[in-house]
Amino acid sequence: MKKEHTLTVYTENQVGLLNKIAIIFSRRKINLESFNSSPSEIEKIYRFTIVVIETEEVVRNLVRQIEKIVDVFKVFNNTNDEIIWQQIALYKVPTSVIMKDVKVERLLREFGANAVVIRNDYTVFEATGQDDEINNLLKELDKYGLIEFVRSSRIAIIKSSEGVHKKVLDMQKNDPRKSPINNEYLNHKSKIFQM
Amino acid sequence: METVAQTTLENNIGKTHNVSGSLAVIDALLSEEVTTVFGYPGGAIMPIYDALYDFGDSLQHILVRHEQGAIHAAQGYARASGKTGVVFATSGPGATNLVTGLADAQIDSTPIVCITGQVFAHLLGTDAFQETDVINITTPITKWNYQVTDANEIPEVLAKAFYIASSGRPGPVLIDITKNAQLQLFEYKGYRQCVHVRSYRPEPIVRKGYIEQAAQLINRAKKPFVIFGQGVILGNAEKEFLTFIEKAGIPTAWTIMGMSAIPTDHPLAVGMLGMHGNYGPNYLTNECDVLIAIGMRFDDRVTGRLDKYAKQAQVIHLDIDPAEIDKNVQTTVPVWGNCKETLPLLTELIDKKNYPEWFAEFEAKKERETTLLIEKELNPTSDQLTMGEVMKVLNELTHGDAVIVTDVGQHQMVACRYTKQNQSRSNITSGGLGTMGFAIPAAIGAKFGAPERQIIAIMGDGGAQMNIQELGTIMQYQPNVKILILNNSFLGMVRQWQELFHEKRYSFTDIQSPNFVTLASAYNIAGKQISKRDELKSSLKEMLDHPASYLLEVAVLHEDNVFPMVPQGKGVAEIVLSKEEI
Repeated sequence: MKKEHTLTVYTENQVGLLNKIAIIFSRRKINLESFNSSPSEIEKIYRFTIVVIETEEVVRNLVRQIEKIVDVFKVFNNTNDEIIWQQIALYKVPTSVIMKDVKVERLLREFGANAVVIRNDYTVFEATGQDDEINNLLKELDKYGLIEFVRSSRIAIIKSSEGVHKKVLDMQKNDPRKSPINNEYLNHKSKIFQM
Repeated sequence: METVAQTTLENNIGKTHNVSGSLAVIDALLSEEVTTVFGYPGGAIMPIYDALYDFGDSLQHILVRHEQGAIHAAQGYARASGKTGVVFATSGPGATNLVTGLADAQIDSTPIVCITGQVFAHLLGTDAFQETDVINITTPITKWNYQVTDANEIPEVLAKAFYIASSGRPGPVLIDITKNAQLQLFEYKGYRQCVHVRSYRPEPIVRKGYIEQAAQLINRAKKPFVIFGQGVILGNAEKEFLTFIEKAGIPTAWTIMGMSAIPTDHPLAVGMLGMHGNYGPNYLTNECDVLIAIGMRFDDRVTGRLDKYAKQAQVIHLDIDPAEIDKNVQTTVPVWGNCKETLPLLTELIDKKNYPEWFAEFEAKKERETTLLIEKELNPTSDQLTMGEVMKVLNELTHGDAVIVTDVGQHQMVACRYTKQNQSRSNITSGGLGTMGFAIPAAIGAKFGAPERQIIAIMGDGGAQMNIQELGTIMQYQPNVKILILNNSFLGMVRQWQELFHEKRYSFTDIQSPNFVTLASAYNIAGKQISKRDELKSSLKEMLDHPASYLLEVAVLHEDNVFPMVPQGKGVAEIVLSKEEI
């Protein structure tokens, strides 16, 4: 069954790496729902957050192909229940409408949106949330003469993430030739393989 | 470390400061003990060629006639020797001509380092003369690639290149060096071999748990079956593999890429897998209870239709590349790691056994294949020669000691089905990519990689014409390679499919050939054309005994088909022995 998977990819900061990751998907004609790249908490290491809608089996193979890229440290594959995730969206609305209609102000408060810029002609609000929240606010503001809208790609924190930072650092310290991947595969396989 | 590097440096290039990027490239190659480079000069790589000029004694450069020839030669070199093949090419068309070879080396896991020249860094992205974005073009077909724009990066990047190309699952690496970096003088601190790239894990950890599970499965099996690929050769694990199968006593079949890792006449060998492999191993894949796959990747040409592939079997998959596990075939027990390391651990845990009844099933299938097919192919009653009988006579003369380099098509399948091979690295072919035009340049490279061995390049009349310009390279450097053209006046494999699946509509498969012998003689290569059975053996002998390169063209049956065949979309057990069965 296809569902949303969020991949968290730790990489070296290298020119062209984005392309190396992106072509793993495009070669298989898999659409990227969202793609974010930013420096991680570890110096010189980047963190990509990629969202795809695919089956577990396909995603597992994608993960392994991405991990084969020389400059990639580690890829984590999580379903939505395993992550805390957010997107940010910016909405540009005519200031005159907001001044006129109190409903708009209430609406914005309800969605936790903040004004970023207020000018005579327009006001820009930002809201943070998940797809539904951002879409609902979009739908509402559309009624009030929305001028422009943009949303960011997803960023996500893995709930059971104590080891994420540590694991990447471990990778530098450990036997350089060996991969320190956990034994999760063995556990998983115990369901299939019965001795 | 410091002193070692320093010594190499002084020995190699005799100075340590104000060194040009180009000289640092040459020093890197010498430090990696590269002895042979295949290449073609051009504008953007001229500084490297200029530096190379002074090192003719220690670094042999083979000037090919086309960059595709250079990379196939480097592949042949790597496959025959186990060392990393090195290629020089210039920017633009020089670099794009490498693409087919890179894709070939990537899919067949061949260690190659390509060094391409690039326009000056300040011209990047300006559509300068002979500028192409070679990094982005080659990203999906290299294990790693990198563009150098500053000479200070050269030593470290080349060290990384050689390390990445040859470690773990090998593959091609391309380093693109802008002309300014080649010319730039810099403070050179010497070359240090790379042993670690922090984000790169060439080998997964070997986990004892899996090996124990695998051993239990094997010990309990009634009809176990070992299938292996090139991983055994790439891991230099031929001895460990033999020890394993000889203790296990399990029937063993190879993929086309694994061929020659064990002698083809080994008592446990049951033949080749795949679309045109042997009848028994294909058919019985679907009857075994435990399938032990070693260093192979379940290519579609091996598995046929996946949902009809070994569904009854529990699958043990040994591979160095975690991405191969469960990629095509669901594994019961994965054994991650280099089989040189994992096989001895597994051998220790398994019982010494043999399976006479199970072997008898293979024997029966072999007998059927022999009577219905092989016998006719090797001892035909037709007036015209068959490809199979050429292989039979060749075996009588080489006794299996030659390196067989094949091109792609019918002759390739026939050569891999019938040639006898006694030692590892005797079968050099374009397996994954199926690159026509591979054989001549790969054979040249193989001769430089294994000069003590007899190299025989076997090809069809189509493939022979696809990189035939490399006869010029043979003329110039005189590597002793034998060129055996099996000419059926058709693009035979495509014609076979047209006959079987497209109602004999022979759309553009009748191909005319030049007079190959005359052409060879224009390149000062001796040759002969034959078509009669009674001159076959003497002519093959003449070719093999000739002290230099030799081209023998054998006219063979025009509309012969390669069987057995697992038709596309069919399961391995639906393998057919003749076209009547399709």
